[in-house]
Amino acid sequence: MKYIVNTNNLNTELIKKFKVGDMVYLNGKVYTARDQAHLKLYKAIKSKKKLPISLKNEVVYYTGPTPKKKKTAIGSCGPTTSSRMDLYTPALIEAGLKMLVGKGKRSKEVIESLKKNKGIYLIAPAGCGAYLSTKVVKAKPVVYKELGAEAIFELEVKSFPVIVCIDSRGNYLYKRKGSTNAKRRT
Amino acid sequence: MRIITASEVQKNVSKLFLKAGTVIRPDIEKAIKKVMKSEKNKVAKEMLRLIIENARIAKREELPLCQDTGLPIVFVEVGQEVFVKGSLKKALIKGAEEAYKKYAFRRSVVTDPILRKPPFKSGPALIHIESVKGNKLKLTVMAKGFGSENKTKLEMMNPTAGIIKVEDFIVSCVEEAGPDACPPYIVGVGIGGVAETANLLAKKALLLPIGSKNKKKHLALMEKRLLKKINGLKIGVMGLGGEATCLQVKILSSPTHIAGLPVAVNIGCHATRSAGCTI
Repeated sequence: MKYIVNTNNLNTELIKKFKVGDMVYLNGKVYTARDQAHLKLYKAIKSKKKLPISLKNEVVYYTGPTPKKKKTAIGSCGPTTSSRMDLYTPALIEAGLKMLVGKGKRSKEVIESLKKNKGIYLIAPAGCGAYLSTKVVKAKPVVYKELGAEAIFELEVKSFPVIVCIDSRGNYLYKRKGSTNAKRRT
Repeated sequence: MRIITASEVQKNVSKLFLKAGTVIRPDIEKAIKKVMKSEKNKVAKEMLRLIIENARIAKREELPLCQDTGLPIVFVEVGQEVFVKGSLKKALIKGAEEAYKKYAFRRSVVTDPILRKPPFKSGPALIHIESVKGNKLKLTVMAKGFGSENKTKLEMMNPTAGIIKVEDFIVSCVEEAGPDACPPYIVGVGIGGVAETANLLAKKALLLPIGSKNKKKHLALMEKRLLKKINGLKIGVMGLGGEATCLQVKILSSPTHIAGLPVAVNIGCHATRSAGCTI
């Protein structure tokens, strides 16, 4: 299936519709966050501090963009490897995140947390940062600005293409595709 | 003696980084177009098309192909009859710095790996200098992203391990990387020497153009077998399955000790960024 989704109106009912392999085009607000921002948000959650942004019904995209050029809203902005965020992701999902966008595999814990809290994980065209920059209309760093490319940016995206990799029932795209001989080497 | 000025080296390094960062390697582009034709998985085919589209936009806008503009590396071969007037090392580092600043590449380097404090930098570039015959100076730059670099593996194997176990190890490295490091991959393998020899050879193997022939026959055969085995993993572009897991496997080897068999694997993504020139 193909869907066009307004990220400003995410809710559990909508999230439940998506199935592994669906193509989704995102419109609206998306936060960026990668390693250091995840660590900071995680620490804040664990120490019960107020988060600098609300994660409720939000989208987080794992990217660290290159600096913008004069004519564009943002520089190159493809997805970074999601698995580096795995340790911190369940806490962020519990705090309300509905959509995670990145590239590559996720841990069992992330899949379980998405299933329990009705969230989804999507993959963006990997290594296509220049192309994806044309899908970002606005971008501004909002939190942890001292982190440069690792700051949390608020993006406004238009027709940003992603594929459902883990759906809200815990189905996982990479499970279905020949991961059978992972333990072949002893 | 032939005199080459440091400023000439610097200018060339800067130009090469712009090319590497914003223009897809022609051999990779050709290989992706080829595999796109035979790709039956519709979504995978569309994603391969996006890689080509991405390259078109990057070149036109002088935008980085990938936001991870990497850690800059420069390989230099200096002819014995060449005298570099000025500091070669400084010229290489400055050339990289200049390019990253001028073309708005991302500053992805932390000065201390433990403290990891801002401000983030674009370098200093890592440098490998080799002395060779002749009166030329050859520069090869690489902007190595860490999505792929993080998948690097070294195994100090037993000397009696045999070719099958070596190949199994290489395939397992790609299998473990799975979709994480942006397939279709080019896979660099370094065998022999000591630990760092194998790792460096594996990285250098990524610089070899797709389709180039290995002069060592037994290695050429291994490369062919490995390519088939790795594509048999059916990881595919973005992990979607299909044909496009690996575009090339290249092996470089070096003499080693009777007690050892170092094998290193370095994965290059579909946007492996490198460029070279000879002065």
